[in-house]
Amino acid sequence: MAKTDLRRFAGFRVTTWLCLLVLYAPLVIVAVYSFNASTSITRWGGFSLKWYVDVFTGPEAPRFRDAAINSFVIAIAAATCATIIATAAAVAMNRTGRFRGKMASLALINLPLMVPEIVTAVASLIFFITIGFKTGLMTIFVAHLVFCIPFAYLPIAARMQSVPDMYEQAAMDLYATPWEAFRLVLLPLMIPGILSGFLLAFIISLDDFLITNFVKGAGIETLPTAIFGSVKQGIKPNIMAISTLLLGVSVVLVTLSWVIGRAGQSRN
Amino acid sequence: MAGAAPGGGASRSEVYRGSGPRLLLPAWIFIGVFLLLPVILMAVYSFLTKEFRGGVIWEFTFAAYDQFFLNRGLFGDEPPTIEWTYLGIFWRSIWQAGLATFFCLLIGFPTAWYVATRPVSTRSVWLFLITIPYWVNLLIRTVSMKFLLRDTGPLNEFLMWTGVIAEPLSLINTNFAVQVGLFYSYLPFMVLPIYAAVERYDFALSEAAADLYCDSWTTLRLVILPAVKPGIVAGCILVFVPSLGAFLAPDLLGGAKTFMIGSLIEEQFKGAAGNWPFGAAAAMILLTVVMGVLLIHARAQMREDG
Amino acid sequence: MKTLLTTSALALTLATAAAAEGELKIYHWFEYIPQELLDKFAEEYDVTVTMDTFDSNEALLATLKAGKLGEYDVAVPGDYMVKIMADEGMLDTFTPDEMPNFDNIEDQWVDVEFDPGRKSTIPYQWGSTSFSVNTEAYDGPLDSLSLIFEPPEELKGKINVLDTSGETLTLASLYAGIPQCTSDREQLKALNALVQGAKPAWASFGSDVAKDVLVSGDAAAGMIWSGFSAKARAEGAPIEYVFPKEGMIVWMDNVALLKDAPNRDNALKFMNFLLEPENAAAVTNYAQYTAGVEGVAEFLEPEVANSPESNPPADAKGVFVQACPEEVQVLYDAIWTNLKK
Repeated sequence: MAKTDLRRFAGFRVTTWLCLLVLYAPLVIVAVYSFNASTSITRWGGFSLKWYVDVFTGPEAPRFRDAAINSFVIAIAAATCATIIATAAAVAMNRTGRFRGKMASLALINLPLMVPEIVTAVASLIFFITIGFKTGLMTIFVAHLVFCIPFAYLPIAARMQSVPDMYEQAAMDLYATPWEAFRLVLLPLMIPGILSGFLLAFIISLDDFLITNFVKGAGIETLPTAIFGSVKQGIKPNIMAISTLLLGVSVVLVTLSWVIGRAGQSRN
Repeated sequence: MAGAAPGGGASRSEVYRGSGPRLLLPAWIFIGVFLLLPVILMAVYSFLTKEFRGGVIWEFTFAAYDQFFLNRGLFGDEPPTIEWTYLGIFWRSIWQAGLATFFCLLIGFPTAWYVATRPVSTRSVWLFLITIPYWVNLLIRTVSMKFLLRDTGPLNEFLMWTGVIAEPLSLINTNFAVQVGLFYSYLPFMVLPIYAAVERYDFALSEAAADLYCDSWTTLRLVILPAVKPGIVAGCILVFVPSLGAFLAPDLLGGAKTFMIGSLIEEQFKGAAGNWPFGAAAAMILLTVVMGVLLIHARAQMREDG
Repeated sequence: MKTLLTTSALALTLATAAAAEGELKIYHWFEYIPQELLDKFAEEYDVTVTMDTFDSNEALLATLKAGKLGEYDVAVPGDYMVKIMADEGMLDTFTPDEMPNFDNIEDQWVDVEFDPGRKSTIPYQWGSTSFSVNTEAYDGPLDSLSLIFEPPEELKGKINVLDTSGETLTLASLYAGIPQCTSDREQLKALNALVQGAKPAWASFGSDVAKDVLVSGDAAAGMIWSGFSAKARAEGAPIEYVFPKEGMIVWMDNVALLKDAPNRDNALKFMNFLLEPENAAAVTNYAQYTAGVEGVAEFLEPEVANSPESNPPADAKGVFVQACPEEVQVLYDAIWTNLKK
């Protein structure tokens, strides 16, 4: 049939390229300027790695190093715990039939996604002050764990829905206990979903500024709060270098998550 | 992402029958104790008496809501009229968030459509390209935008170099900059759910419309848009809700000059105002607005699902 | 669940591991102490030093109120904030014999009104708050606060003001000729009208950006502290710090021993350390204000000692910001909120 392509609309391709331009231009510009040799951040003074050297050895290096360690420790701890909790929750929602409070539980798991961040931040601060909980690494960890749960839950639950339960049924027909059926049959099938859930939670934790800024303790910074503190006084070249490094970390993790996801899909 | 939210229609499997509540216990404990309880406590705080320069006195009062809604003059002794200050801040935030949502939709829909109609082999690469900025640190993206827009920044330098403008444009510290920041922050949130909806769209419908002599734009308006509406609505919510409570964009791009809801609340706890009950009340009102939007969405969806 | 507990325990141990050795937690103004000086103290006394920063006296108070009192050892409030914090019971006291270098404090700064006899604080640095103007953008006379509050065309939309009610409203009061902490309705209304009228000409509110906006050219005039202006000039901003005829703010920042300080001994060591002339001079050389310690002169860099910002003309007028009583302060708070809405 000599029909026009029904999928094509004039201008949509241009808009898509525009969209990509808008999304990437600022990031690319910052990445480019992070290699600027000049101290004045807007004038180009030739290619140099000196701001990267500055990040690791400059006067602010210890501060950013400690912040990076805090960020990664919290992100790993929060994402690990959130993944375990989310996996348990996904099994409950997808493999245990009907029970009382199921819909309420689903709403609860998604609650951190629905409450605006500033509200969560303020509520957490008030809560910790009222119960006299000393703010510190622990308060950041707990707050991160809470909002990481739904992010870990989404891919895990999606994966679990696509895995039919017949293998587990078969295992249990052969006298496997429920725990064995879960551990030996469902869990291996779930690995791609669990990994991408973990990675999402990890990135979300690494990303958070607002809530962390409210519940962090004295002298404790994460990378975003440390960067915010510096940026408030003006964008300096070393901040661009750190941003570019963090950008790299995000890209690597997303790529990893994407590759794992594809591997999981193609095996099906 | 919520547009394709899995877990909603839970599967019927009953392999581990009976252990549901036990498996959900950790989620209930953590989210219940460290989010639900704090939000309830915050609601209580909004009815407490403020202590001078931060803190609360445990005496119940409606003073915080009174301050929000009623204007009693600078000295507090004039007959009350409606207080437009804070309603104005809320209105400005809603307006800014609404505009950001509109522009995200304007760019996001064609993008989602274009990506979803690529051949399967290249589609995931396109999707991947759209997803990456979504996962890049929001703070870093806002900072990048701040750098781009400043008077002596690359954008102005570029425009002056090309001769389009002779003097640098004052872009930073304006409502426009905040707008651009919100748009830029949440654009991927719009693309992904619409993409998910378009991917599921049955092109037989377009063919049928074409057979009935619809031109392509009429098909878009009458057939496609209604079919992918759930994705569009989900995208709009995912942009609107975080834009409404945004803090970074107004603070870094708006020059902290005009309050949005997020900065108004923050100021009560971290800034000079130090009025905790008022901050809690403003947060409660924000939460109510957001929950209202989500509830309307949920009900509409339930009605559509039958 | 077991993994969960182990991980949490791990995170907790990491959190407490750092607290085991000698520690000092400082809550300080941003960009106000050279890192080398902190390192020097850490090395000399074998103490791990951590520092958070704030950008206004009000933010300092708000943070300490929001559960941080008892986490920091020392903070650096300005004069009027020392009085407020003392009234709120947020300061600990010490005796001069706990601090061998106590006698190094310049006589004029010992019996100060906000801390008579220096029972909770020691002087850190003093300076002034006024504003600076980019002389390439504006070539008129630089002598009046009108450049900020009723600016000429060249400066409109190019002004940054400090994001703190204490200093901004005090400068506005000086310009309007209104006494501080007034409860007179007409005067407060005039003050409110003045800042409301000026706001459209202001580009941004920011304290931490005050230097950067002048260096980058994003602002052509900006309220700023004397030393911060000197640093902006050193970084290439073509600006001049103005001593307005209506008067300016004079202030003294002080290192205060906080109540419930977890490391009181280290806090006192640190305060004593800062009273060494060499160390006080190191702060001055970095921040470009003036130390309240005797014997610093020989350690000062000449361009810092002779900077125009730190050496006002003989007829310059300065006032300290006053801490207002609650019933008056709420009115000033209302004007400020009204301004920022």
